[in-house]
Amino acid sequence: MKTAARLAALTVLMSASLALGQNRGTIGVSIPSADHGWTAGVVYWANRTKSELEKKYPGMRIVVKTAKDANEQANQIQDLYTVNRINTLVILPVESAPLTKPVADLKRRGVYTVVVDRGLTDPSAQDAYVAGDNPGLGRVSAEYLGKAMGGKGNLVVLRGIPTVIDNQRVDAFEAVMKSKYPNIKILDKKYANWNRDDGFKVMQDYLTRFPKIDAVWAQDDDIAVGVLRAIQQARRNDIKIVLGGAGMKEMIKRVMDGDKLITADVTYPPDMIADAMRMAAESRASGKPMPKNTIIPSKLITKENAKNFYFPDSPF
Amino acid sequence: MSTPKPDAAVAAARPPAVLARIGSLGPLLGLLALALVATLLNPDFLTVSNLTNVLTRAAFIGIIAVGATFVIISGGIDLSVGSMAALIAGSVILIMNALSGTLGNSWTTVVAGMLIALGIGALAGLFHGTTITRGRIEPFIVTLGTLGIYRSVLTYLSQGGSISLNLPLSDVYSPVYYGAVAGIPIPILVFAAVALLGGLILNRTRYGRYVQAIGSNEQVARYAAINVTRVKIITYMIQGICVAIATILYVPRLGSASPSTGLLWELEAIAAVIIGGTALKGGSGRIWGTVVGAVLLVTIENVLNLTSIISVYLNAAVQGVVIIIVAFLQRGGRRA
Repeated sequence: MKTAARLAALTVLMSASLALGQNRGTIGVSIPSADHGWTAGVVYWANRTKSELEKKYPGMRIVVKTAKDANEQANQIQDLYTVNRINTLVILPVESAPLTKPVADLKRRGVYTVVVDRGLTDPSAQDAYVAGDNPGLGRVSAEYLGKAMGGKGNLVVLRGIPTVIDNQRVDAFEAVMKSKYPNIKILDKKYANWNRDDGFKVMQDYLTRFPKIDAVWAQDDDIAVGVLRAIQQARRNDIKIVLGGAGMKEMIKRVMDGDKLITADVTYPPDMIADAMRMAAESRASGKPMPKNTIIPSKLITKENAKNFYFPDSPF
Repeated sequence: MSTPKPDAAVAAARPPAVLARIGSLGPLLGLLALALVATLLNPDFLTVSNLTNVLTRAAFIGIIAVGATFVIISGGIDLSVGSMAALIAGSVILIMNALSGTLGNSWTTVVAGMLIALGIGALAGLFHGTTITRGRIEPFIVTLGTLGIYRSVLTYLSQGGSISLNLPLSDVYSPVYYGAVAGIPIPILVFAAVALLGGLILNRTRYGRYVQAIGSNEQVARYAAINVTRVKIITYMIQGICVAIATILYVPRLGSASPSTGLLWELEAIAAVIIGGTALKGGSGRIWGTVVGAVLLVTIENVLNLTSIISVYLNAAVQGVVIIIVAFLQRGGRRA
């Protein structure tokens, strides 16, 4: 039912945008399809913000498209231009390099381009850039853990997938640890690929290998789910803190409820797409350009402020 | 120019029987060698808790691989097992959550969920088998198709996020993964039972002989009045049921399913079967080899996590090297 309604709405919308789109402006939003928790959050926020903005700016049309890979996304933004006649593009690229040229091409034809999160290889292809703060996520996590551990003890790290994003987070984390908390020992850091099963396995092996672990930095909330189960199974009580990241609703709920192991979380908000869409819409309505670069800081969620970050109906 | 000695040529063409026999033990020798290296690198490898971790983890892939052994011996392939596991996990969680309203957070709900899982697995297998035999489509194509179908249905059901089991229900269910009988974790016991039963069916029943006959020559099997269609359909149903059993053990571990559940399990299961000495072209194979293959794959990962001498970027390379070495070790067995 919901899908049918959505499809119908999309059809109406597309024909409407063709008919009267040109003078009021159409914003195309191109994002990766929901294939894991965080991207599911991105899709949820994009759709939610679409209806919010269409209500706020009557006559403005917003078309949201999802793509499973870079190739599909490149085709899609071409269609957004030729079929939907967009004058503004908000894009979260599936991959940076392969989308740089297609986005530059749209900009050359007069489309206002806003790039979100993953930057293009050539920044001149974009009019504005909105991003989360990856080094910030590492920094905030390290500072929280360092303080919570009292500046000493053993720490294990479960990383994401080998990518630039992961490196930025981990490098910033280690830099803070080295300079501010030299007595905290990082026992090892292995890839848990941003998923629960690998989080479980890697943590099981850490528990076998290290008799005393004080804290775990899981770098992502999905990994943290597996970590918690492994600790529970091994019945280990030397671990005081497990810090995840990204702001998954289950983890924020645990922080709200005063969970003993999960005392905090660090945001890397999937709703940055919403911020980018709002800024783009406002800039279109007022005719003023957006700031060239907007970095959305990673915030620390603790029991005090957790309810501001809790959205029970989001899939992430 | 000297003339080649005839007896030397014969000896080269036919390796001594002893060598051939050692060759067929290739996977076992590989596993022992790996265990030895692991113990030298980190003595914690041999602790009971680590070995149970390894075997428990091997249970998922191992059980699926037992089913895959039948399919591959019969000359087929099933690429959909990982997606199927994810879909079964997701739908069973949704069904159990719904049932808990009327049946309560009880064992009745959990058992109902398990039966439904087995039903879905068997139906998926029936669909594969029927499409492949009666529809005369290559197994590679049919299961490549369902690989995509199953996973996207799960992604749709979960809206790309994750599907989680009710917390109280999860507490009722969790002994199935975390519990133990006589000190042995339940997944290991189930794995052993499935492997034993699989071995019996393959080697001691008429059905098992038919599977091998079809794999080595389908036309001849047809002339021998074997009901090829039925035998093949049953192999895919065995595979589906094995996937369901693995999933029943998997769900209580994390109490959730997401689009990344079971990713690439099909490759691991096929790898376990091949490392274990079953020919990819069908005809002959052995269940014990598959079991060793599955344990070996999980052990490599475990050893890499227990040490930090090799760059983490090279994990996949180490796995690849070990797999190729084991395949090399059993070359002799296949030639004989």
